[in-house]
Amino acid sequence: MPIKTYRQAINEAMAQEMRQDSTVIVIGEDVAGGAGCDGERDAYGGVMGVTKGLFPEFGEGRVIDTPITESAIMGAAAGAAQTGLRPIAELMFMDFLGVCFDQIYNQAAKFRYMFGGKAQCPMVVRTMAGAGLRGGAQHSQNLTQMVTMVPGLKVVCPTNAYDAKGLLITAIRDNDCVIFVEDKFLYETSCEVPDEMYAIPLGEANFLREGTDVTIVGISNTVNKAVAVADRLAAEGISCDVIDPRTTSPLDEESIIESVEVTGRLVIVDEMTPRCGIAADISSIIAEKAFSALRAPIMKVTAAHSPIPFAPALEDAWMPQESDIEVAVRGVLGYRP
Amino acid sequence: MSLDKKQFLQAYRTMRTIRDFEYRVSDEFGKDNIPGFLHLYAGQEAIATGMCMNLSDDDYIVSTHRGHGHCIAKGGDVGDMMKEIMAKQGGSCAGKGGSMHIAAVEKGMLGANAIVGGGPPLIVGAALSAKTLGTDSVGVSFTGDGGSNQGTTFEAMNLAVVLQVPAIFMFENNGYGEGTAAGYAVGSKDIASRAAAFGMPALKVDGADIFETYKTCKKAVDHCRSGKGPIAIEASITRFRGHFEGDAQQYRGKGEVKRLMKDLDCLKIASDIAISKKLATKGELKTIDKEVAVYIDDAATAALAAPSPDVSELLTDVYSSAY
Repeated sequence: MPIKTYRQAINEAMAQEMRQDSTVIVIGEDVAGGAGCDGERDAYGGVMGVTKGLFPEFGEGRVIDTPITESAIMGAAAGAAQTGLRPIAELMFMDFLGVCFDQIYNQAAKFRYMFGGKAQCPMVVRTMAGAGLRGGAQHSQNLTQMVTMVPGLKVVCPTNAYDAKGLLITAIRDNDCVIFVEDKFLYETSCEVPDEMYAIPLGEANFLREGTDVTIVGISNTVNKAVAVADRLAAEGISCDVIDPRTTSPLDEESIIESVEVTGRLVIVDEMTPRCGIAADISSIIAEKAFSALRAPIMKVTAAHSPIPFAPALEDAWMPQESDIEVAVRGVLGYRP
Repeated sequence: MSLDKKQFLQAYRTMRTIRDFEYRVSDEFGKDNIPGFLHLYAGQEAIATGMCMNLSDDDYIVSTHRGHGHCIAKGGDVGDMMKEIMAKQGGSCAGKGGSMHIAAVEKGMLGANAIVGGGPPLIVGAALSAKTLGTDSVGVSFTGDGGSNQGTTFEAMNLAVVLQVPAIFMFENNGYGEGTAAGYAVGSKDIASRAAAFGMPALKVDGADIFETYKTCKKAVDHCRSGKGPIAIEASITRFRGHFEGDAQQYRGKGEVKRLMKDLDCLKIASDIAISKKLATKGELKTIDKEVAVYIDDAATAALAAPSPDVSELLTDVYSSAY
């Protein structure tokens, strides 16, 4: 099976869907690049090159470069989705959610409900998140919790190339507004990705490692860190279940509950600030629904409650690291009431 | 081209329907038969009517918190609207929208919007659909003078010009954004010229005159349908009621509302012109008035008698499929 990067897998999902459905369009800032310039068109193909090649194949009618205008991009995508298109709107960095959130959570997310089921909003917001690139406080955040809390939105956080393709195909075909959170640390990672189209359902977790001592749930790239920790601890005879929910809305609660019922111990890792985050949310669900299975307090491994600092030493301290996950796993294993 | 007799009688009927609808919901609100907030369109009827007469069900509009008039003019079912506003079963939005989210999606009325300035970006999208799918539909955003100052409106106008989509930005300047005068809040004092600065034609019209609004809206719709890109209109008008029902309107001058209701009543202006141009007789207009009164009364009576939505509907239509 061919090996493809996360970037290639996402690009392929869009290209294949665009070939078979002429209502799918891509809209955003520099999704091609070069508009109105003397040099080349498709000069960027998205700031990280994820949409590269779509413009030459599908043309300016379906790969639409916009001004820097996030509210109008999200609003136009929502209005287009309500009237017959399936837009894939790019929100370059997830930090820019603040600029355009109204069009997402007050408009796109609410059309169907607010208009009594007579409207729909089949759009995808592709956005990238994740710290560690020294992007500072406004180019690094993962704000998955802010979109997960909104009824009407679905939220997808692929953690490898295979999942990215299958989940994006599902997202594009979905009749609701789906926020597709790409972890910018993963664009260069690769794995086997079939050439043919396939759809991975939303709301089905993936078990990356199976074990009996501790359940580790990770969101976005933190799940890959959790796998590395689990593999190291396996050498010591510590056996971890590592769960990638893949989507935070809907959330596959059942898989996490089933795992905790076996292990009795839960560590949740995300790269978000700790208050009202995904780790806190999953923690509350397990505390409510699997309390009697717990043999130790639930441990959350999250970022610090601060803006993301610039200096590498500070940013590394801000982010959850593999060593933090390891400490947490050992902590729940060593817990004695 | 101006309204002919048949068109005029249709326009008059629509305006009368909106006026009676608004006064009836105001009465019912006073009797505690309507929960929530109401923002009435009374006084502005000629604008929605003049625009929507130039549109078909394949054209799109988005509206504001003051949206009943736009919905009626676009062909929304008055009975369903009455039920929706009274929070009853059979309402246009199944009781999940209410006055501020009144919609008739099947008629191209994509929804009233309680976020001031929320609509203009959406209509750029509807116009983009028309352009991408190669239909000759146009999109119209109705926005007030208040919404004209929002950044989303500026962004939407710029994007519409950049993408050259068939979008009409209809600004209804009724003189007030809530309790603050447009003369204070619109820094340039001129919404049309500000729209023109984005790179599109911008027209001005007396919003109280249905003959003029129809003509100007026709010009704008023709412009869009012929592929010339977006266009804006500023219609000057007044509102007969407060920002919301219950607004004491202490910010308005002494006798102002009474004077404007006398001088700027679009129904009276329409009747006077039509009779002088022999487009209608007093008797014909009276007949329409009577028919509309019965129509609105029937809608209100049916809505009052309808049951509340079933609580089993609480979680339906949050998503398109099982969640």
